[in-house]
Amino acid sequence: MKYLLQRIAFYVFTAWAAITLNFFIPRMVPGDPVQSLITKFQGQMSTQAINSLYVLFGLDNDKGIWGQYLDYWKQLFHGDLGLSFTFFPTPVSEVISGSIAWTLALVGITTVISFFLGTGLGVLAGWRRGSWTDGLLPVTTFLSSVPYFWLGLIAIYLLTGPGSFFPSSGGFTPGLVPAWDQYFIPSAIKHSLLPAATILISSVSGWILSMRNMMVTVASEDYITVAHAKGLSDRRVALSYAARNALLPNVSGFALSLGFIVGGTLLVEIVFSYPGLGFQLFLALGAKDYPLMQGIFLVITISVLVANLLADIAYLLLDPRTRKEG
Amino acid sequence: MTTSEPVLEIRNLNVDYGLGPQAVHAVRDVSLTLHRGEVLGLAGESGSGKSTLAYGMTRLLAPPGAISGGSVIYHPADGEPYDVLSLSDNDLRGFRWAETAIVFQGAMNSLNPVHKISTQLNDVLQAHDPKMSAHARNARCREMLKLVGISPDRMEAYPHQLSGGMRQRVMIGMALILQPQVVIMDEPTTALDVVMQRQILGQLIELRERLGFSVIFITHDLSLLVEFSDRIAIMYGGRIVEEAPATALYKDSLHPYSEGLLGSFPALRGPRRELAGIPGSPPDLKAMPTGCSFHPRCPKAFDPCAETIPALGHPDTPDGGTRSVACWLHPVREPVG
Repeated sequence: MKYLLQRIAFYVFTAWAAITLNFFIPRMVPGDPVQSLITKFQGQMSTQAINSLYVLFGLDNDKGIWGQYLDYWKQLFHGDLGLSFTFFPTPVSEVISGSIAWTLALVGITTVISFFLGTGLGVLAGWRRGSWTDGLLPVTTFLSSVPYFWLGLIAIYLLTGPGSFFPSSGGFTPGLVPAWDQYFIPSAIKHSLLPAATILISSVSGWILSMRNMMVTVASEDYITVAHAKGLSDRRVALSYAARNALLPNVSGFALSLGFIVGGTLLVEIVFSYPGLGFQLFLALGAKDYPLMQGIFLVITISVLVANLLADIAYLLLDPRTRKEG
Repeated sequence: MTTSEPVLEIRNLNVDYGLGPQAVHAVRDVSLTLHRGEVLGLAGESGSGKSTLAYGMTRLLAPPGAISGGSVIYHPADGEPYDVLSLSDNDLRGFRWAETAIVFQGAMNSLNPVHKISTQLNDVLQAHDPKMSAHARNARCREMLKLVGISPDRMEAYPHQLSGGMRQRVMIGMALILQPQVVIMDEPTTALDVVMQRQILGQLIELRERLGFSVIFITHDLSLLVEFSDRIAIMYGGRIVEEAPATALYKDSLHPYSEGLLGSFPALRGPRRELAGIPGSPPDLKAMPTGCSFHPRCPKAFDPCAETIPALGHPDTPDGGTRSVACWLHPVREPVG
């Protein structure tokens, strides 16, 4: 328990540091959001309106940087991430919650499928080492080294186009209203197939390789020989002894990859113009939309930290050696 | 305790690592008989094939190890003897641990670090007797721990919470849980300190007297063997070069290699004597010397040694009926195996 509290304290500190950086970095970037907004409205704004925009964005010159920093924290605790510039005057929190569902559904589900599929195949390949499964290895090594945005481009090039089943971009057919109905859901699934497939193909190999290698390492441990000598069935030795122990590094890898669901697939979303968080971040960068950028960075940071904490907890549960007490 | 009734007969066993012409012959033509209730010591330098012999006769060799010939006849307490090497996979699983249990070299790594002691004791019972109730299994596990001197409330402990000696005791308890007739000990105490070694071996001998199993005790520590075993077989270069009752071997070893081994550790009792090592190093199994594989290091080598391999046989001595040796110095009355 003491260990867990230590970890939590560490993560709280990291979160503070990340949020602080998150506040300062956009302010160090040259350029001014209000200026870009003025450009957007093609200069047709009164001086009064411009001044009130400065106040609204918390960029009014009266307040020093520390005052702004404190305000930032105050707003954070109220769940207020400010107003988005690009989607003015929609609050950032609303923009994020609108797009995060897309990312979670697409990348979240594929990450989970990829992990279970890859780990399962890895167990098999590691246990049946020297059989036909070894033929999989060059293929998986090749696939794991292919960047997935490139795979996405190839998929778009080869599989989409006029008359093709697969749409080349977007999250659903334009014109549909997002709702749980028989028009929207099939359309959303159809749009997610290609991005999901590219993520799956390029990420599953990593799980296969790491699990297989751990299986091979663990298979030479003494306790595996002992388990065989005990007359246990091959299946029990493979799952309860070899795979159970080989799983440990993969589980922490999985928890970390959960953290990267939110931010890690930026490129896939850009390639497929998928309306997820990564695509939103891409748009925000282009529009110098500081509040939205900050908001998305915050979500990414927090999800990575939470995933790390989950990895720690999973390790505590799975490996008794990490439990200090007792 | 010892009877002349055999429980395990190894006949002309050959074990290779690798296949074809590049294969390394790690165990060559070994014949050895373990009698009921006996402690048979198996000694030799590292790389002499002791452990390979143990893994070979239980079919636990990991690839590229392979048995290339011979048979291992097991005599069950009741029923016909059978060849372990020709058992089907399913029968082999049933045979393992129930008839022949093994205590392995690495006391530290023999237990799976992520499972509780109770789980690891339990799954033996579960695998061999699926009908046994959870309550009965638990009672049996506690009984075994008590037998090896570990408090039964350590059942729920994880291996890393036990000391090395305790872990090896758990392994011994685990080995005896199905009351096997044969327990193979592959350097069971190498990772432990001397005091713990004695304690554990003493306990083992006591248990053997109580439960009546036979032991094959593999070690490079000949002093331990002299003290704890009934008979000792010495291996060199994958072959058995001498086999004799422990006292006979200690007092009057025939093979120069046995003599060398005995001369290289201090006697526990009796007058002080000069310690001497064996010059040279163990043979390269890939390029074995012709003739007796020990002849390049042997102080007493003479003409025939480099040419022909001496056969293991009963020597022409008064106690020749109870011992055997493979050396040109000792004319063989009748061959073994």
